[in-house]
Amino acid sequence: MKGDYASTGLIFKEPLLWEKGRKGRRAFSMPERDVPEAEALPEGLAGEGPDFPDLSELEVVRHYTRLSQWNFGVDSGMYPLGSCTMKYNPKIHEKLAALPGFAMAHPLLPESLSQGALGLMYELQQMLKAITGLDAVSLQPAAGAQGELCGMMLFEACFRARGEKRHKIIIPDTAHGTNPASAALCGMKPVALRSGADSILHPEDVAALMDEHTAGIMITNPNTLGLFESNMAAIAAIVHEKGGLVYCDGANMNAVMGYVDMKRMGVDVVHFNLHKTFSTPHGGGGPGAGPVCVRAELEPFLPLPRIVKNERGYGLKEDCPLSIGRLHAFYGNFGVLLKAWAYIRSLGADLKKVSELAVLNANYIRSGLKDTYDVAYDGICMHECVFSDKTLKILGVTTLDVAKRLIDLGFHPPTVYFPLVVSGALMVEPTETETREELDRFMEAMRRIREEAEENPEILKSAPLRTKVRRLDETAAARNPCLCGR
Amino acid sequence: MRYLPHTQEDVTAMLETIGVSSVEDLFDAVPEDSRPLHPLDLEPPLSEWDLVRRMESMARNHASADRARVFLGAGSYSHHIPAIIPQLLGRSEFTTAYTPYQPEVSQGTLQAIFEYQTLTARLLGMDLANASMYDGASALAEALLMALRLGKGKKKVALSRAIHPRYREVVKTYCSPAEFELVELPFDPESGTTDFSGLKDMEGLAALAVQSPNIFGCIENLAEAANLAHESQSLLVAAFTEPLAFGLIRNPGSQGADIVCGEGQSFGIPQSFGGPGLGMFACRMTHVRNMPGRVVGETKDVNGERGFVLTLSTREQHIRREKATSNICSNQGLCATASAMYMAALGGTGIRELAAQNRDKAAFLMGILEGTGFRPVFSSPVFNEFVMKAPDGFAAIHAKLMERNMVAGMSLGSWYPELEGAYLFCATETQSREDMEALAEAIEEEMS
Repeated sequence: MKGDYASTGLIFKEPLLWEKGRKGRRAFSMPERDVPEAEALPEGLAGEGPDFPDLSELEVVRHYTRLSQWNFGVDSGMYPLGSCTMKYNPKIHEKLAALPGFAMAHPLLPESLSQGALGLMYELQQMLKAITGLDAVSLQPAAGAQGELCGMMLFEACFRARGEKRHKIIIPDTAHGTNPASAALCGMKPVALRSGADSILHPEDVAALMDEHTAGIMITNPNTLGLFESNMAAIAAIVHEKGGLVYCDGANMNAVMGYVDMKRMGVDVVHFNLHKTFSTPHGGGGPGAGPVCVRAELEPFLPLPRIVKNERGYGLKEDCPLSIGRLHAFYGNFGVLLKAWAYIRSLGADLKKVSELAVLNANYIRSGLKDTYDVAYDGICMHECVFSDKTLKILGVTTLDVAKRLIDLGFHPPTVYFPLVVSGALMVEPTETETREELDRFMEAMRRIREEAEENPEILKSAPLRTKVRRLDETAAARNPCLCGR
Repeated sequence: MRYLPHTQEDVTAMLETIGVSSVEDLFDAVPEDSRPLHPLDLEPPLSEWDLVRRMESMARNHASADRARVFLGAGSYSHHIPAIIPQLLGRSEFTTAYTPYQPEVSQGTLQAIFEYQTLTARLLGMDLANASMYDGASALAEALLMALRLGKGKKKVALSRAIHPRYREVVKTYCSPAEFELVELPFDPESGTTDFSGLKDMEGLAALAVQSPNIFGCIENLAEAANLAHESQSLLVAAFTEPLAFGLIRNPGSQGADIVCGEGQSFGIPQSFGGPGLGMFACRMTHVRNMPGRVVGETKDVNGERGFVLTLSTREQHIRREKATSNICSNQGLCATASAMYMAALGGTGIRELAAQNRDKAAFLMGILEGTGFRPVFSSPVFNEFVMKAPDGFAAIHAKLMERNMVAGMSLGSWYPELEGAYLFCATETQSREDMEALAEAIEEEMS
């Protein structure tokens, strides 16, 4: 086993861009001038131009190649970051997104010249309808958080159309932090809802909070403990009865494809994170995409333009008087939508199998580690399992120490200190694309760390030892921010 | 399925470890009332080869710049992208990583974004830039929300009508739930730049927003705008859609802008039907704690080595929840990296030359269009796009030219009724003299 652990490899030092280069170099092939020079700009309008370093092509190539080697990605190893669904990203999709027909497409050409992209978007809308069981889709939101914002705007617009204004929204303690932030942007005040002793929500607790001033509820299902909210349909009925609406944060959809019908569950709006569920690369923090699917009643409020099918083929519908308007200058992150389309077309109904294996892998880890670490919820989980620091604390070791030590053993750490309802949470989402052997190796590393915590806690506290940099001073970074190079 | 590694033997052994008899048992928590009544209704899976065939045929069904001559910008620009950019950006260490929550194994992403922030701040003449926003339009919307937060209690922002209409629509969407008031300032029909006279005696103004170069390609007087904004105790938010312009024209920071935001697609990012692009966002250090979005900062590790981390996260949603400065988390990280690669490839010397070429091309195109009966509409200097009044009956010719794979600008009538019959044109370094002459020739042929 010893030989399986990551070793350092080649780690080059590489300065910052502006610490390299020489004035007058260039890494850009300047086109020939084939037209006369325009007259000079009037005094007062002309500037100096930015102070960028001048580099040769090889200098730029080496710079970014070296930077990339300091990064851990899914292609480097297991990346069990809970709530982020770091599954394998198919390589063929990168080629497809680069097809000139799509990559060189101007967004403002007439519909007749844009049939390829519009058709693809229309088909993706149909697929997302099939997967959720809902009635209409907007692909425009550029990320999950913008999808949430869109959802809250739909709520607001729907009440406005009914001549109402509702100021409150119920948000459970197991929700993503973006939920309250999104609601606040729409002028709504979050009302906290506690999960029951079994870590899921209960109808009677919702009934106690739900009134005519409450817009509705935002539920993450499966929730951030990796548990399915089994009472969702009953909760939705309570919310609907008081005229409220139900939002589902679909960040964890990877667990339930083919197993839930959002409409039957009483959901009015759900957002997807295409970069999670449909495997478009996360890109170190974007670009992603956060389409929303809605029940028919909310369709009139969806963002402009709508992608529709008509007698001429595919078109853009702008004439929707009740729409919340635009969220994006054009149609959203089309290049990301394209990869999600390709992923769904490659799997078809096997998406159900994706969810099954994602859940199988998470439970395999939960079962395999429950005697070594304290499981926050001991029972079948969905796509992720959460451990607390209960047994670690006794040894004087923190969740962060465990996470950093995992790096030395060749794994990206899980999500840490989230959800907040678990002390020192360690949230593991293996995803369906990891092999059983890889999960075994991960668990063996976790067990070894547990042994080290008892015998040699110092090694945990000083981890990681094998990375380009060691633990960084985040407090100093925030106290005296240096956000711009000199 | 090649992405799913489990053999039947794996599944059986794993179920045994878990202590359940079938995979279905793992879904017992999903009650009957939440389950679908039918199996997933999706097309049968495609093999890799069929997928490529299908995608290629869809891509062929689209008029793109590789097959058509498109003389159009309006927020999405055709520029050459050096081969090194897709090559380096495609390194899967960059593409398959996520948000750099664990800095020790994410120094690649973190340093790349720190460098992006620095080059962006230099480009725009500001103290700092954030790690990116979704696009130029939402960056403008968030900039105005930030100005409204800073303008404690003020409810009003003024926007120039010469800001991209789509951007103004996104601002309206973002501002409407909280019922902020948006006032539009007209543009001068002669110069094509914003008419600021309506700002006099305007009370309770949190911000003035101006785009330069504006939707007509005209360069605005941001210094005057900054003075007017500051006189009324409000902030100047300077927007842009074509950052290449700052290779030649004065940057917004040097003219007194308080927040600068816009679209960075021109910098090494494919047009890709309008997305993903890059929302660039920069401000002054005094306002940093009110800034939306993520930001990377420099620090040291326990050995005193330089390193980078995500910082100032106390502004953000995962800590402050409903009191956050914004709800943005995933942004456009990879696009920001692409634009930094592009800025590094061009360099300070290269960006000046490329910007000059863009200006030259636009001047040349304007000249030959005048030869075919078009007339310039505005008198202000422009960067790489401009507005021309078309000769009578041009609408039909415009449609005919499309059949010949030429897009002769875009009619402005639907965005600006008073500019019915005027067309917005754009020329960048990707249009050769030959392309432009071919367009003029085709127009003349169709007219006769």
